[in-house]
Formats: sequence, structure tokens, C-alpha cells
Amino acid sequence: MELDPVLLSRIQFAFVVSFHAIFPVFTIGLASYVALLHGLFYKTGNPAWERLASFWIKVFAVVFGMGVVSGIVMAFQFGTNWSNFSQAASNFIGPMLSYEVVTAFFLEAGFLGVLLFGRGKVPEGVHLFAAIMVAVGTFISAFWILSTNSWMQTPAGVELVDGRFHVTSWAEAMFSASFPYRFTHMALASFLTGGFVVAGVSAWYLLIGRDVEANRKALSMCMWLLLVLAPLQAFVGDAHGLNTLEHQPTKVAAMEANWETRSNVPLLLFAWPDKEAQENRFEIGVPSLASLILTHDTDGVVPGLKEVAPEEQPPVWLVFWSFRAMVGMGVLMILVALVGLWYRRGGRLYTNRCFLQVLRLMSVTPFIAVLGGWFVTEAGRAPWLVYGIMNQAEAVTPSLSGWMVLATLIGYFAVYVVVFLTGGYYLTRVVREGMLAEAPHDEVERPTRPLSAAHTSLEADGGRTFRS
Amino acid sequence: MELINLTMLWAVIIGFGVIMYVIMDGFDLGVGILFPFAPDEESRDVMMNSVAPVWDGNETWLILGGAGLLAAFPLVYTIILPALYLGVFLMLAGLIFRGIAFEFRFKANRNRHWWNRAFYLGSMLATFCQGVVVGAYIQGFHVENNVYAGGPFDWLSPFTVFTGLVMVAGYALLGATWTILKSEGRTQEWAYRITPKLLIAVLVGFGVISLWTPFIDEYVRERWFGHLTLFWVLPVLALLCAWQIWRAVANRSEGQPFVATLGLFIFTYLGLIASKWPYLVPPDITIWDAASAPESQLFLMLGVLFVIPVVLGYTAWSYWVFRGKVRGGGYH
Repeated sequence: MELDPVLLSRIQFAFVVSFHAIFPVFTIGLASYVALLHGLFYKTGNPAWERLASFWIKVFAVVFGMGVVSGIVMAFQFGTNWSNFSQAASNFIGPMLSYEVVTAFFLEAGFLGVLLFGRGKVPEGVHLFAAIMVAVGTFISAFWILSTNSWMQTPAGVELVDGRFHVTSWAEAMFSASFPYRFTHMALASFLTGGFVVAGVSAWYLLIGRDVEANRKALSMCMWLLLVLAPLQAFVGDAHGLNTLEHQPTKVAAMEANWETRSNVPLLLFAWPDKEAQENRFEIGVPSLASLILTHDTDGVVPGLKEVAPEEQPPVWLVFWSFRAMVGMGVLMILVALVGLWYRRGGRLYTNRCFLQVLRLMSVTPFIAVLGGWFVTEAGRAPWLVYGIMNQAEAVTPSLSGWMVLATLIGYFAVYVVVFLTGGYYLTRVVREGMLAEAPHDEVERPTRPLSAAHTSLEADGGRTFRS
Repeated sequence: MELINLTMLWAVIIGFGVIMYVIMDGFDLGVGILFPFAPDEESRDVMMNSVAPVWDGNETWLILGGAGLLAAFPLVYTIILPALYLGVFLMLAGLIFRGIAFEFRFKANRNRHWWNRAFYLGSMLATFCQGVVVGAYIQGFHVENNVYAGGPFDWLSPFTVFTGLVMVAGYALLGATWTILKSEGRTQEWAYRITPKLLIAVLVGFGVISLWTPFIDEYVRERWFGHLTLFWVLPVLALLCAWQIWRAVANRSEGQPFVATLGLFIFTYLGLIASKWPYLVPPDITIWDAASAPESQLFLMLGVLFVIPVVLGYTAWSYWVFRGKVRGGGYH
């Protein structure tokens, strides 16, 4: 088989960005949660909030650190694998991505240190301010990235001169048509991720009976938040879908595996989209429901994949199934939030072991949903990289050959497996140690090294046998 | 006129970022390279603690430089990264392993020796690759229509392997003189002993590169030997710094070896710029060819002019807070 550098570069980018994305999506939600805990402590003076805050700051630090490490590769991939795209789009994406870096450094230098290590050293009001600034900063970082991505999905504010984009209006380019929807959808996704992880960890603590008072408070607060956010996300997601229908109809057609432009389109529960035959196999669906959702009318006409030539269609099965994974997880989240409301009667929320186990397992669902959603939006615009203007084959680095990309793909995979396993294992140790008093340590704590905020030992026995 | 100034200003900023990175990450990579040769585990603790407060901030400059290049001089980014494709991967892998090892060595007890190894190997690999990048830059790149048109291994030649090895010696020298500055007793004595040997290796290396380069590059030959220029002051100053390192080690001075090594690196770097100016992607692309649109350069300049003083101030503050000697058990 011929090794295709375009396909392999796509796989490599998807792998690196998927691996990276799970960290920021968690830290953005967690930063807001930590700021909220600080605010509650500041207002009520209840030490339970402070205990929770200092525990979740440690988790935040480790996840933030892993996000930074896994993000380094991203900064270079645009050049190594997509040099033609980078060259054509540099006038816009260059400053945008640089501003993200600048934001991150400003955060680290200014506020992260105070948040991570300032407890007891600065007034509580200053500590709270730092927590809020870090939370705001994570959103500003996300703004640059999502704005750049939205521009690639719905380009605006640029003109193409001699193969290079020149910015004619920064405002139009930065706030392109899909940006408000994508940003809101992603912000809620971050909150849901933070919420379900905190709920899952609190549930686990309640199951083993540790720090019951603080974790009941945390769980109760999370479940109220999720009860609002999970249904709200369904609403925002719907609006985002309608925006996509307007600007990228082929993507929506792939999400629904709808080949023909027609009315009364069914919502497919199961299907095996076959791109070669240009039809679905094993189709099971609810009649006219997709038309109803997308046009708010059962007789509404929904555009089909056959509007464009097969080579301009995205990989339909991937988009179709990723979309179902995301929506499935979303529905599950709404159900769990509702059941949680039901279990509040008589305090069963904190004691029903079965429900607490479910919450524990639910902490992985937001990650599946987020990755599913990104697969939909990224694979769904294929073969375009800058939608309607530059396709992936034009964008790839011309000097690449397939084996080079394969070699680095395997290499990055190996590196990330080590990083992920070590980091993930360490994170479980931090959680297991929980809200115990700080162990004595001799490590130099620095905000630019967020991992230095956690002092849990990497080995199971935790014995500090090394130093005499 | 305005365009020229903006591009020049960007050239200065990027040039500043590169040398900041080289000397700052240089000494902490150097500490990694020297790690297995340290006299004992206690010395390794001292060395690691001496760079712990600053190493991550040092790598800030690499990321800032990479992103800044894409924004201000996109052609550099889109030609050199494809040209060095496999080398870039190796360098990033080295830096990641080293960073992870750094963090988890602090948290590990029984398995510390594994993280020691990862720290050493990652540092070696990243340094060697950076030296290869410098060599490849001196060699120049085969470019057609603003796109890299050479082969996958053009960056790997006897010359670039040599520059890679010289870089390892150079960073090790920075690491050794840094260790002199930050340690005492046995660790410091060991650092004093290895510094002259590393200095000789570096001088021989720089000397060979300086003689080799004019032979492979006519432009460089013309610049240095075409007529007598003021540029000759740079190698003279670099040699004076080398002499100063030698003397300072003989006198057991603590701070001067490191300061003089910084001087050696800075003057060599300026000499390299003098050889190639105004070419940013040798042999054909100048800084004006590689520049992005003026409105894009301006748009980012506003943020960068605001944040660079903050980063610099924070960096200076970090070094000030953690000044003085380091001991194995942390700061006292």
C-alpha cells in the first residue's frame, strides 16, 4: 500500500490534538470551579470550601502541566506537516496563535504562581483575585484557538492575493460566522467536563467515607450546576448545528448520513454509511425527525451529501458515528443530572451507592463527548482545510513522503503514551492522597512548573527512603 | 520606511529571543548533559535544584520564538521546519522526555535512577539536534518557489553532525560554569576540574567550524575575507572571553567563569549573524522576503511589546529570589 502523506498527516494531527485537547478542556472548567470555591470561602469563611479549593488546585496544577507538555508539539506541527497552509494563512493564524502563547505566558508570570503557592502568603482577597484571573485567562487562551479554528471553518475578513491570505478586517476574521456558537458550545463543554469530574471524584470519596462533609457540599453544588448546564448544552448544540447547516451543509448531511436532498428526513439511530455505494446499509431511524430538528418542520428540506461530488464529501461514517457518540453522552449527562435531582429527596444523593458508582463512571463521559464533537467538526469539513478555499492536499508540506510522517507518528505515539501513562498514574495518586495534610517536601515551587504544586510521591508506598 | 522599521524590529526581537533561549536553556540542558558524570547523587540533587526554579521559564523563549516566527517571518517557519522534519521530531521528543523526567524525579524515590537516565538522554538529544539545526542553517536550504525542495536527510551531513557535537560541548561548558556559580565543596571542585577540558573542546570546535564555513559558503568567505571589516572585533572578543574563563577557573573565581561563557556564546552568535546577514533562510531568502504582511506584524507587535517586559521582569525576579548557593536538601 502506498503511504499517503496527506492521510498520515491528518491522522498525526488528529492524534496529537485529541491527546492535547483533553487537558485544556478540563483545566478551563476546573479553573472556574477553583475560582468559585475561593469565592465561596471568601464570602462564607467555611473552611470546607478552602479544603476543597486547595485539593482541586493540586489536580489543576498537574493537568495544566500535562497540557503544556502535550501542547509543545502543536506549536511546531503547523510548520512541519502543513507548511503550505501555514505559509498561505500566516498573516492571520500567525498573530492569533502567538497571542495564545502570549496570553499563557502572561498568566503564568502574573497569576498562576499566586494561585498555586500563595495560600497563607497573600491576603485571601488577592488569592481570590488570582484565581479569577487564571479562570479568565484560560478563556482568553481558548478564545484565540477557537477563533482561529472558526475562521478555518467559516473564513471571513481576508482576501487571497498571490496565494496568500491578507487580513482586510481583523474583527470580521476573528469573529467569523461560526465563532460565537463554537465558543459557547466549548465553554459549556469545559464546565460540564469539570463538573462531572468533580462529581465523580466526590462520589468516590463519599463511597469510601472520606472527608464526607466537604465532599457532600461539592457534590451537591456540582449536581445543581449540571442540572442547568447539561440541558443548556443541548440547546446551544442545536443552535450550533443550525449555524453549521447554514454555512457547511455537507457537514450536517454527513452527521445525519443523509445522501439525497429531500424532505421528511429520518433521524437515524443506526446505519452503516457506505461512501462507495453512496447510500446507507442497515438503516434504522425515526421518520421525519431530522427534518424536524434541523428545519423545525417535518416537511423541511435537508441538503444531502450528493450535492457535492464524492471526492468533496467528508468521511461519512466517522462524522456520523462521532456525532452519535457526542449526542449519546450528552443525553446520558442530562439523565444523570435529572436522576440526581430526584435522589436529593431524603439525602439519597449522598448515600445511594449505586448512584455514586454511576457518577464515578460518568467522569469519563465528557471527554468522550468533547473528542466526538471535535471529530465531527474537523473530519466533517474534509476535504477542506480552509473551508471552500484550500483543501488538505494543497495544504500539506510538499517535501513530505509517507514514511517520514509514519515514522514521526509512531514516535509521537510512543512519547505520548509514556507521558500519558505516567501523568495519569500520578494524577490517580494525587486523588487517592486526597485532602490529607501536605507532606513535607523540599521541592522548589514555581508557577512555570505547575507540577511542583503537588507533592504526592510517585511510588505506591510513598516512602521517602531516598533521602537520609 | 515604516515597513522596514517594523520588520527590523521583529528581526531584533526574534534574534534576542533566540540568544536568550540558547544561553538560558543552554545551561540547564548542559546540567542535564553533565548529569551522569557528577561525582555522586548528592551533587546531582544540587545541580537539579539549581536549575529547578528557572528551567521551564527558559523554554518559554523557544515557544515564543516558534510562534513569533510564524507570525513575523512565516517563510522561516514554513521552510526550515519541513527541511528539518525528522530532526525537529527528535528535538521535541528529547525536550519532552527531559521535562517529564525533571518533574517526576522530584516525586520518585526508588525509581529515581530511571528518571536520571531520561533526563540525561533527553538533554543530550535535544542539544545535539539544536547544534544540527545551526549546522543546517549555515549549510543553507534548497528552496524552490518559497517551498523547501530538498531531501529528508539534507540536514544530516558530516558538517551538521560536527556542529551538533560542538553544541553538546558548548552547553556542557555553560552547565559546568553554572554549577561552579551555584554549588560548593565537592560538586564545585568537580565543576572546576571539567571546565578547562570543555573549554578546549569548545574552542577547537568553534575553530574548525570557522575554518570550515568559508570553504563551503562563498558568501561567508567574501564577508570575512573580502576586505578587512569591523566584524573581526567579534571573534577577538569571543577569544578574550575564552581567555577570561581559563584565568577565572585558575583563580577559583565563582561567578566570572559563567559570565565569561555567556560572553563567548553571545559574541559567537553575533559573529554567525554577521556571516549571514541579511539572509534569514540561506542562501536566498532575506528578512524582507520572509516577512509577513505589515498589518500582521503590527497586530502582534502590540501584544509582544507589552508582554516581553513582563516576562523579562518576572525572569529577573526569579533569578534574584533564587540567587546564591544551592544545597542538596533544597534552599536554606
